[in-house]
Amino acid sequence: MKELSLIIVPLVGAMLAAAWPGNRTRPWLLPLVGLIHAALSCWLLAAPPAAPLGAWLAFDALTRAVLPAVSLLFLVCALYGVSYLRVRGERSNRVFVTALLAVLGLLSAGHQARHLGLLWIATEAVTLAAVPLLHFNGTPRAFEATWKYLLIGGTGIALSLLGSFCLGYASLHGGGVGDLTFTALIAQGRGLSRPWVLAAWVLLLVGYGTKMGLAPMHTWKPDAYGEAPGIVGAILAGGVTTVAFTAILRVRAVVSAAGEAAMADRTLLALGLFSMLVAALMLLGTRDFKRMLAYSSVEHMGILTIGAALGAAGFWAAMFHVWANSLTKGALFMSAGNLRRAAGGRTTDEVCGMALLTPRSAAIFVTGMFAVTACPPFGPFFSELRVVRAAFETGHGAAATMFLTCLLFAFFGLTRLVFAIVDGRPRRTARTAGHHFPETMGLVLPPLALLGCSLWLGLWTPGVLRDAWTAAASQFFPVK
Amino acid sequence: MLAELLLHPVLVLLVLTNLKLLGSSQPGSCIRATRWQGCLLGLLPFLAHSEDLTWRLAAAGLGTLALKGFVLPSLLSRALRDADTTREVETPAGYIWPLLAAMGAWGLAFWLGEQLPLAHAPSNLLVPAAFFAILSGLFLIAGQKPAVSQVLGFLVLENGVFTFGIGAVPETPVVVELGVLLDLFVAVLVMGIARFHIHGESGRREPDPWPGLKD
Repeated sequence: MKELSLIIVPLVGAMLAAAWPGNRTRPWLLPLVGLIHAALSCWLLAAPPAAPLGAWLAFDALTRAVLPAVSLLFLVCALYGVSYLRVRGERSNRVFVTALLAVLGLLSAGHQARHLGLLWIATEAVTLAAVPLLHFNGTPRAFEATWKYLLIGGTGIALSLLGSFCLGYASLHGGGVGDLTFTALIAQGRGLSRPWVLAAWVLLLVGYGTKMGLAPMHTWKPDAYGEAPGIVGAILAGGVTTVAFTAILRVRAVVSAAGEAAMADRTLLALGLFSMLVAALMLLGTRDFKRMLAYSSVEHMGILTIGAALGAAGFWAAMFHVWANSLTKGALFMSAGNLRRAAGGRTTDEVCGMALLTPRSAAIFVTGMFAVTACPPFGPFFSELRVVRAAFETGHGAAATMFLTCLLFAFFGLTRLVFAIVDGRPRRTARTAGHHFPETMGLVLPPLALLGCSLWLGLWTPGVLRDAWTAAASQFFPVK
Repeated sequence: MLAELLLHPVLVLLVLTNLKLLGSSQPGSCIRATRWQGCLLGLLPFLAHSEDLTWRLAAAGLGTLALKGFVLPSLLSRALRDADTTREVETPAGYIWPLLAAMGAWGLAFWLGEQLPLAHAPSNLLVPAAFFAILSGLFLIAGQKPAVSQVLGFLVLENGVFTFGIGAVPETPVVVELGVLLDLFVAVLVMGIARFHIHGESGRREPDPWPGLKD
């Protein structure tokens, strides 16, 4: 019942938000629901329930390893959201709060889905529920970004549906009954039709890879992250992309059971490295600090994908990186949102001297930048170190070298841009806008808390999380 | 028997509507082609599974006929009328290249059909026709600039996915319903066109989705 509550509570909260009359009090539903959700998921993390084999929804080892990170991120974003929506008091937040809570419920459903069709429905619903969030600013640029997100995301969703059909047909063609639960598909194993499994893998990888933002299907990401409020960017980068990643992991398990694990790992490795390369090159060129975060997200999706291709040790590292990336990226998105509002611009041509104008947010932004570029002792350093180690251990020395080179280029790109907007003297327009932007505790403490969590994860990774990641790795790479 | 005889011509007509969409420059004419395509798709469950037709498949066929044949094209026509976009579609790829690409796509679709055999296929044209629609949809989305053409491309893409789903895996639970759920995207995209026009936020009369966002 607790597992279902993770879905039901946010959806009930969304309905309540839609009916709630007060614009000033409605945002408090976000932390209230976020707190219940976080408490439930931490409870399930500490005391995992048994996952019935044929169930369409279950809190299995993979869900246990990943969903609490999304839950924690949402709670902190929700606390930030109360202050953010107070600053944006001129707009009605009814649709925004409703959509954000619906996204949490649907993300919980997506993470727990153990049926290919149900997983697809949850992913489609999350994509649609995020539309009003992206369009919250109501500008022509926001419309453009939302349009691109819908069209490219929709194409990815359509291709993943075709991939689901192909996997269903692989089961039928191989003598199965077309049961689309992952348990049944894995049990059918080598009985699945090989050509149809390969077709399904390509289509599902492209489809869910589009949702995840892997290159070259990442083109919606810079626009969407660039135009959405910071809190939405944080949820998209730390939550929505994670559900697509877990979808790919579940499909990979089916492909592996069908005897095509080596092919699946090769494609994951190639796609991951290509994403890192594209992101690193774009980071060297971009002048917009919100789009910079999108390219950084593409890079980190690449890291997750590479980890997933490197056996049990790499999988463990990828689980670690899901947490490290979600928490650190959340801090970056929220502090970038503060800088954006204070500066009234987003490119290095418009923004500089933010250390003088918004010193707290600028400090968090700079520290977050060091954390996300894998500087010790933050979480990403240790998770990426484990990915590199797994690469060398599995004989992927060339991939590890390319991985490290891309990280170096990304570091150059990020530091160049971050210091360009933080250093110097503020422009006159920014000074005027900055005076109207109150850097309140509600806008500063949440990103600081996430940064603290990233540090805590790096220095004292809790035993319960290590156990959860080990259990997830054992589920996908059983010891023979 | 009659159903089997009719299935082939219906699949050929589906391919021809895609060619029409790729080669046409008039938005109204393109919408009429998708209307025809929706009607043909609505017939598909009845023709492909005439001997083992279930209530679920029949409902899916009728729902598709109503939704893809009438509701969505009508909404698109209305959005187009409201936006006063009756002039020719701007095609950065020109008119020869889409047709040449269509020929290549048709060859690729046939090749995929050979690589991915159906054990109990109602027609050997089913997989090529589905993949041709998917490739045509992708070409329309990527190669056409106006928003309305991109929505049409998305509709054609999902018609291809639906053709495959209804033809190949109808007995798998929830598969047919999933195909219908994809129409939600089209509905939201059409609403987007209408809303964009109504607000007139950029001052452009015709929805032109991404002239500004880039690095």
